Amino acid sequence: MSEIEFLNWVRGQGFQIAVIIFIAGVIIRLAEILLLGRKANLAEAKGSEMSSGLRTIITRSVPDKSTFQRSTFTVVAGYIFHIGLFVTIFLFAPHILMFKDVIGFGWPSLPTPVVDALAVVTIIALLAVLTHRMRDTVLKFLTTKEDILVWMLTILPLITGYMAFHRIGMTAPTLLAIHILSVELLLVIFPFTKLMHAFTFVLSRWYNGAISGYRGVES
Amino acid sequence: MTNKKDKSLLDKTGLEKTDVNRTLGEMLRSQGVSRRSFLKYCAATASMMAMSPAMIPKIAHALESARRPSVIWLSFQECTGCTESLTRAHTATIESLIFDAISLDYHHTLQAAAGHAAEEAREAAMKENFGKYLLVVDGSIPMDNPGYSTIAGISNYDMLMETAKGAAAIIAVGTCATYGGLPHANPNPTGAVSVGDLIKDKPIINVPGCPPIPVVITGVLTHFLTFGTIPELDHIGRPKVFYGQSIHDRCYRRPFYDKGLFAETFDDEGAKKGWCLYKLGCKGPTTYNACATTKWNDGTGWPIEAGHPCLGCSEPDFWDGGGFYKSISMPTENITQTAIYTAAAAAAAGVVLGTMNKSKKNSAVAAHNKTSIDDLEK
Repeated sequence: MSEIEFLNWVRGQGFQIAVIIFIAGVIIRLAEILLLGRKANLAEAKGSEMSSGLRTIITRSVPDKSTFQRSTFTVVAGYIFHIGLFVTIFLFAPHILMFKDVIGFGWPSLPTPVVDALAVVTIIALLAVLTHRMRDTVLKFLTTKEDILVWMLTILPLITGYMAFHRIGMTAPTLLAIHILSVELLLVIFPFTKLMHAFTFVLSRWYNGAISGYRGVES
Repeated sequence: MTNKKDKSLLDKTGLEKTDVNRTLGEMLRSQGVSRRSFLKYCAATASMMAMSPAMIPKIAHALESARRPSVIWLSFQECTGCTESLTRAHTATIESLIFDAISLDYHHTLQAAAGHAAEEAREAAMKENFGKYLLVVDGSIPMDNPGYSTIAGISNYDMLMETAKGAAAIIAVGTCATYGGLPHANPNPTGAVSVGDLIKDKPIINVPGCPPIPVVITGVLTHFLTFGTIPELDHIGRPKVFYGQSIHDRCYRRPFYDKGLFAETFDDEGAKKGWCLYKLGCKGPTTYNACATTKWNDGTGWPIEAGHPCLGCSEPDFWDGGGFYKSISMPTENITQTAIYTAAAAAAAGVVLGTMNKSKKNSAVAAHNKTSIDDLEK
C-alpha cells in the first residue's frame, strides 16, 4: 500500500468505519441510559426538577471554592486541556472543512498560529496531568489501564496533528494519514470508555440538579 | 570555468561525422548553441541538482564528449501528454536540443517509420546497443487482458519485458508509467500496473507528473550522461533533487496558509488577493514535485500561480483522492449518508436494547420474593 493509498483509505473507508462505530456506540449507550427510567418518587415535590437540573448542568462547570483549593492543579490543568481540545478540534480551518463536508455547514476559524500555539499548550497540560496522576499516591492507586489508554489516544491526535502541520520526521502524506488514523482510533474507543463523559455529563449533572430541585434544596 | 581541453572538444564540430558517432557537444555546436549558453545550461543543471559549482566543468566535459546514447521510448496506456510536454516547448530551448541530441531510435509519436519498419528499428537498436541503451517508458501496462493495448500485435507486457532486458536503465516518464496513473484509477478496468510493478532487476528512475516538467527529464538525462549513474532516488523512486520538497513547502502562497487566509471560492476577495488555495482542494501539502521552483512554460508560471489548486499529479493514486476540488482534510466517502443511516439503525437498536433491559428489570422485580418472619423461623 503506497502512502497516498494509505491516506485515501483513512480519508475514505477507514473514516467510514470509525464514524459507524462512534455514532452507533454513542446512540445505543445513550438510549440504554435514557430508557432505564427512574423509580417513581412517592414524596411530594417541593420544587421544579427541570429548572434545577438545567441550571446544574451549567453551574457544575464552575468549581466551588473548597474544591478549587483542594485540587487547584487538577481544575486548572483540566480546564486548559479541555479548552485546548475544543479549539484544536473545532476552530482549526482544515477541521472545519471536514465538519462542513459531513454536516453541511461550517463556522469561522481561528488564525492558524493561535491554534498551533494552543495545541502545544494542550499537549503540555495533558503531560502534566499524567505526571500528576502518577506522582500522587491516591490517584495512582485509582488509575486503571483504561485511564492510560484513554489518555494515550487523546494526546496522540494532538501530537500527530502537530507533526503533520509542521511536517516533522516523515513525508507529508504519511504524517497526515497517521494523524487521521489516530483520530479514528479515538472515535472507535470513544463510546466504550470514559470518553463518553462528553455526552453523559449532561445527563448526570441534570439528574443531580433534578434530585435537589425535587426536594426544594440548592444543588 | 572551462579548460582548454573542453574548448577544443567543442570546437571540433565534426560535421563530416555521421550522427551516431557525433558527440553531444558536437551536435549542440552544429545546431548553433553557443559555448556561453551551453555552460549556462550546465551551471543551471548543477544548481538545480544541488551540486557544487566545481561540478560545472565536469558536467560540461561529460556532456560534450558523451556519445549520443541510444534511447528507446515505449508508449503504452497513455495520452501522449508526456511527449507533448517534452517536445512542445515554445522555443527551441537547450533542454529540447539535448533531447534532440540523444539518438531516439524508437518513439511512436516522433518516428517517421511505421508498422514493421518501426519494430525493426527498435529491434536493431536493441541489438546494436544491448546493455547500453536507455529505455524510456510512458503509459501503464494492462495486465487484465493484453488486448486492451497492443503495438504491432505485441502486448505491452511482452514488449516491455523484451526491451527492458538490454536496457542500462529505465526512465519511467509520467504518472501512468511510474504509478499506474489514470488507467490505474479505481476501478482500474484494464488491470493497469506501473513499470516498477513488473521490473525488479533494472535501475528505474520514476519521473512522475501528469505530465512531468520537461526540465526534470532532461535533468535526469544529464545526470545519467555525466556520471553514468542514476541520481539519488526517494522511497518511491523519484530523483530527490526534483522531488525532494513538497509543493506546499516551496509555495509562494504558503505565508497565507500559515496565517489562515484562504480563498473560499475561485472568484472571491481571497482568490483575487492570491490567498492560499487549500480550501479549494489544493493537494500541495501532500505532493512532492518541482513545479513551485522550476515552473512551467519557460518559467512563466505554474498551476497555483494561475489560481488553480495543485492536483497532486506526481503522487500515486492522485485520481482517487475523492475529487480535485475536495480539500485533503475532507473525507473521500459520503460520510453524511453513512452517519444518517448509522444513527437511524443505532436508534432502533437502542430502543430494542433499552426495552429488553426494562423488561428484564420488570421480570426481576416480579420474580422477587419477599421474605417474612415466618420464612426465617422455618
